[in-house]
Amino acid sequence: MSEKKIIETIDLRRDFIVGDETVHALKGINFDIREGEFVTIMGTSGSGKSTLLNILGCLDTPTSGEYLLDGTPVKNMSRDQRAWLRNRKIGFVFQSYNLLPKTTAIENVELPLIYNSEISSRERRERAEEALIAVGLKDRMMHKSNQMSGGQMQRVAIARALVNNPVIILADEATGNLDTRTSFEILCLFQNLQQQGKTIAFVTHNPELEFYSGRSIILKDGHITDNRKNDNIRSAAETLASLPKEEN
Amino acid sequence: MGNIGNLFKIALRALLNNKTRSMLTMFGIIIGVASVITMLAIGEGSKQSIQSSIESMGSNMITIFPSNGQMGGVRQSGSSMQTLKLEDYEALKKDCRHISDISPLVNSSGQAIYGSNNAPTSIYGVTADYLNVTKYKLKSGKLFSEKDVLRNAKVCVIGQTVVENLFSENENPIGKYIRFKNIPFQVVGILEEKGEGSMGNDQDDIVFAPYTSVQKRILAITHINRIVVSAKSDSETDAAIAEITEILRQRHNIQGSDPNDFNVRSQKEMLTMMSSTMNTLTILLACVASISLFIGGVGIMNIMYVSVTERTKEIGLRMSIGARGRDIMMQFLIESILMCITGGLIGIMLGFGATALLQYFSGWPTYITTSSVLLSFAVCTVTGVFFGWSPARKAAGLDPIEALRYE
Repeated sequence: MSEKKIIETIDLRRDFIVGDETVHALKGINFDIREGEFVTIMGTSGSGKSTLLNILGCLDTPTSGEYLLDGTPVKNMSRDQRAWLRNRKIGFVFQSYNLLPKTTAIENVELPLIYNSEISSRERRERAEEALIAVGLKDRMMHKSNQMSGGQMQRVAIARALVNNPVIILADEATGNLDTRTSFEILCLFQNLQQQGKTIAFVTHNPELEFYSGRSIILKDGHITDNRKNDNIRSAAETLASLPKEEN
Repeated sequence: MGNIGNLFKIALRALLNNKTRSMLTMFGIIIGVASVITMLAIGEGSKQSIQSSIESMGSNMITIFPSNGQMGGVRQSGSSMQTLKLEDYEALKKDCRHISDISPLVNSSGQAIYGSNNAPTSIYGVTADYLNVTKYKLKSGKLFSEKDVLRNAKVCVIGQTVVENLFSENENPIGKYIRFKNIPFQVVGILEEKGEGSMGNDQDDIVFAPYTSVQKRILAITHINRIVVSAKSDSETDAAIAEITEILRQRHNIQGSDPNDFNVRSQKEMLTMMSSTMNTLTILLACVASISLFIGGVGIMNIMYVSVTERTKEIGLRMSIGARGRDIMMQFLIESILMCITGGLIGIMLGFGATALLQYFSGWPTYITTSSVLLSFAVCTVTGVFFGWSPARKAAGLDPIEALRYE
């Protein structure tokens, strides 16, 4: 594994002012994610994992402390600078897919590159095709988002997260809306991506998923309560094979 | 910005995804633009028809008539003043170098009678020159001569309306006698039809007779009501007016800065005056039509706000994958401009259609100017920016975290 830190947080704190009260959502978070790691960030609701994800995704900035993404300090960046960073360095995968309605798979995947004026429309199309092939949707490129199943839509979303060659893929409950079987298919895809060298942070409240990642960070009440390595990584593909076959 | 083409595509896609709504929203703009085009066409059409009818009366025509004044201590209107004399006419005829034709005019109105028919009309006492000045043409017969004028001959030339009112269809009026205030006039000529005048008056409801006959036999006066002159050319009109004024001031013994006791009006002035009246009318019509365009714009703004709210999640997603505020802003602005321009183009076509129909059914003169088309198109674009601005700003200012969470 590379020693290069993709994500580094230094005493990360985030306060929200609600009425007269100050809510401390994150109370000093310190952790790293290195290149090529697959890390799950777990916690119950209210643990601060959404707040942390927003900061890691450069959608929000910490109240104090520092966040370094690929070596770049983010805390004092402007809105536009962070938009640029999200466009070039981050790939988001959401629980509810967030595909554009009535739009084909390939156009959905092209979307991040539209906001990158250095990329020509031809290159955009080629890279979107590659990404869709990588997630196994070679023959679904021209399907519209409303003509696809949940699993297919999430694959399109993953392809969209891959298309800009991000330094990290941030998945937010990416299997939360899917049935067990499809969940493992998607998990399997993430494991494959990691094997190809992608760095993945997977935020979830499902404790089962930690067995499939290399490391788990457990959040509780704004603190990291555990940051444990998993030496016995389960293969999602094997679990998938062991699941009872659906009857057709 | 290199990706404006992409934003254009995104906007177009969004509009096509909501065809019905886009069409309905555009409807306001369509109606607005169509009515602006039609109203301007009506205004411009009437302006041009008035202009051409004034020009048909001879654009280098100059009219001299007495101005208001006092007679025996009583203020009188110009028409009852007796300051204009035949000698004035003769002096002008002799001394003016910038005029080609000149005629005195005395007029009276009353019933013209032929056989058992009678009709109200006006009789103008003039010289044969008058027809040149006012561009009347003879259809048949002849004009009265210089000799007829000298001997107060009871002859006349009549317009088409008078012919229709007094004579039956197969009758040839030439050689017949019509009576006007109990004085018989022999018809020697018939005028060609001239149509409506600039005030909507019937220019064919007219009897021309030698001015001496009208002056002495009908009115029993020695003054004249008007002198009608035509300048040698359009460009000599102003010089002719100056010359006439100078001669008449001298003849009427008007000293230094004392006001004239006569008015000199050229057709050109009339044209300018009428044009400015018509311009006011056109502006008024355009204002009324603009209101509907404005309402259309408000409709666009409203639907853009709805669209921004409805697509909050999409905006959040776009921001999360790297769209900057200004990209989102441009996307929505382009959307509203696109709607306005498309609506505007359809509106222009509809305006052309409505104008044609209006002209066909109501017979109003209409004329669509290029400038009115360009203007409404420009207004559309500005409307798009103006009414799209605030919703687009709202979209651009959304917090991506909130927007993504929006259901």
